[in-house]
Amino acid sequence: MRISPKITERIAKLFLWSAAIFTIGALIFVIGFVLAGGLTHISWSFLTEPILDMGREGGILPAIVGTIFMVFVAVGIAAPLGVASAIYLAEYTREGKVTQAIRFGINCLAGVPSIIFGLFGFILFVVMLGFGWSILSGGLSLAAMILPTIIRTAEEALRAVPASYRDVAASLGATRWQVVTKSVLPYALPGILTGVILGIGRSIEETAVVIFTAGSAVQMPTSIFDSARTMAVHFYILAREGISNDMAYATAAVLICTILIINVSAYTMMHRLTKGRRS
Amino acid sequence: MIKVSIKNLSASFGDKPALQKLSFDVYEHEILSVIGPANSGKSTLLLCINRMIDRIYGSKVEGKILLEGQNVYAIEDVEELRRRVGIVFAVPIPLPMTIEENILFGPRLKGRLKKSEAGELVETSLKAAFLWDEVKDRLNTSALRLSGGQQQRLCIARTLALKPEVIMFDEPCSGLDPISTAKVEEALKELKKNYTMIFVTNNTKQAARIGDRTAFLLMGELVEIDKTDKIFTVPSKKETEDYVTGRFG
Repeated sequence: MRISPKITERIAKLFLWSAAIFTIGALIFVIGFVLAGGLTHISWSFLTEPILDMGREGGILPAIVGTIFMVFVAVGIAAPLGVASAIYLAEYTREGKVTQAIRFGINCLAGVPSIIFGLFGFILFVVMLGFGWSILSGGLSLAAMILPTIIRTAEEALRAVPASYRDVAASLGATRWQVVTKSVLPYALPGILTGVILGIGRSIEETAVVIFTAGSAVQMPTSIFDSARTMAVHFYILAREGISNDMAYATAAVLICTILIINVSAYTMMHRLTKGRRS
Repeated sequence: MIKVSIKNLSASFGDKPALQKLSFDVYEHEILSVIGPANSGKSTLLLCINRMIDRIYGSKVEGKILLEGQNVYAIEDVEELRRRVGIVFAVPIPLPMTIEENILFGPRLKGRLKKSEAGELVETSLKAAFLWDEVKDRLNTSALRLSGGQQQRLCIARTLALKPEVIMFDEPCSGLDPISTAKVEEALKELKKNYTMIFVTNNTKQAARIGDRTAFLLMGELVEIDKTDKIFTVPSKKETEDYVTGRFG
């Protein structure tokens, strides 16, 4: 029997609609669940006090500071390096065996489980280079982990800029570098930023890499050579070792709020940046 | 006076020849129309003159192009050459920024401009391209909001802002309606006083309307170059006559 196109249309609509609702519903449920369990335990002192009694008492300020430091180091290294690599791949070389090899390497790297990056960071930065368990080691390892994502998204963003913009800039007397900086990068920026935000998110939520390379000190870090724990690690230890469920929920709630704030502010910034250009 | 002199110019992409042994001169303050069917090498010719062809991988150029006696292929500063020989493309490509920023894009590549200088440059360039009256109140709005015809005149103004000596047009009216086309042509006729222009077009009538002289290209070779009247009334080659009368192409 043939089903009439009108009915298949309705079925398709219903299916796609319910898939979307299910996805958003699951997301809202998870966020709501964590926030419901955690928000009641968040107070000003929770955000500003040191970690006491392994996390049973006190606040999470060292973990917040540790997270910020770690993300800064990771993104501060991975973003410029990743964007530069992407510019090289998209603007400065022709498609060939070399770029294929590089791209294959990047894709492999993107698929490596984070625990491997943790082990790699431990061996290279902590032991061989002697940085010890520190924010520097953790940040460098996280940078290695998020680099492929940043390169891939940045390269795609650069390639999405119409070739004609490059022609116009060149015809107006722009050097190759000016073509990139004046007529390609500005329009690829939103896409590049998306990759960087993804990288920030992954750095914030990562535990395996950080435990291996930055340790899990509860003290307030004072320099990038100090060991520190991030909020994600703090949460993991609290929950894993059954130290305090309430504190674990509260930490998770702060973690989620941080990521939300970063995303919202990054997209607002992006919106402002591209304002004058849209028609 | 001869502005651009093309001597024995051949160009190819990979093993595909695009131009074969072209030789002709372009005089100062004239509009030279270049006509010919698709794939006759018209656009390649323009790309050779300001060396935009350097950007295409696998392209090869032989022969000489003299700009005021100097071989452009011996010029070190290719960016400067592109400022001296501007180009307007077939499709208007305003950069996604404001009208003013579009005009100042080229000049700013060389360095900062004083505010008064910038304002004056914007005004003179837009006036010369017959666009000033239509946009003078909204210089700070996105260039993407302009109509197709306005966008193309903006592109002309953007090229003029570089103060070029030669302006090349690559079928600049191919995507425009007749009224917009008329406006662009009007602008071109005014510009002739100060610039040397090479005007590639698919539209033979347009070539006849605005060209002082007309060159006819076919399969990458120069068939004939002469006064426009002569090309369109008593061409010396049969191919030319066939083409301008619409018997082929």
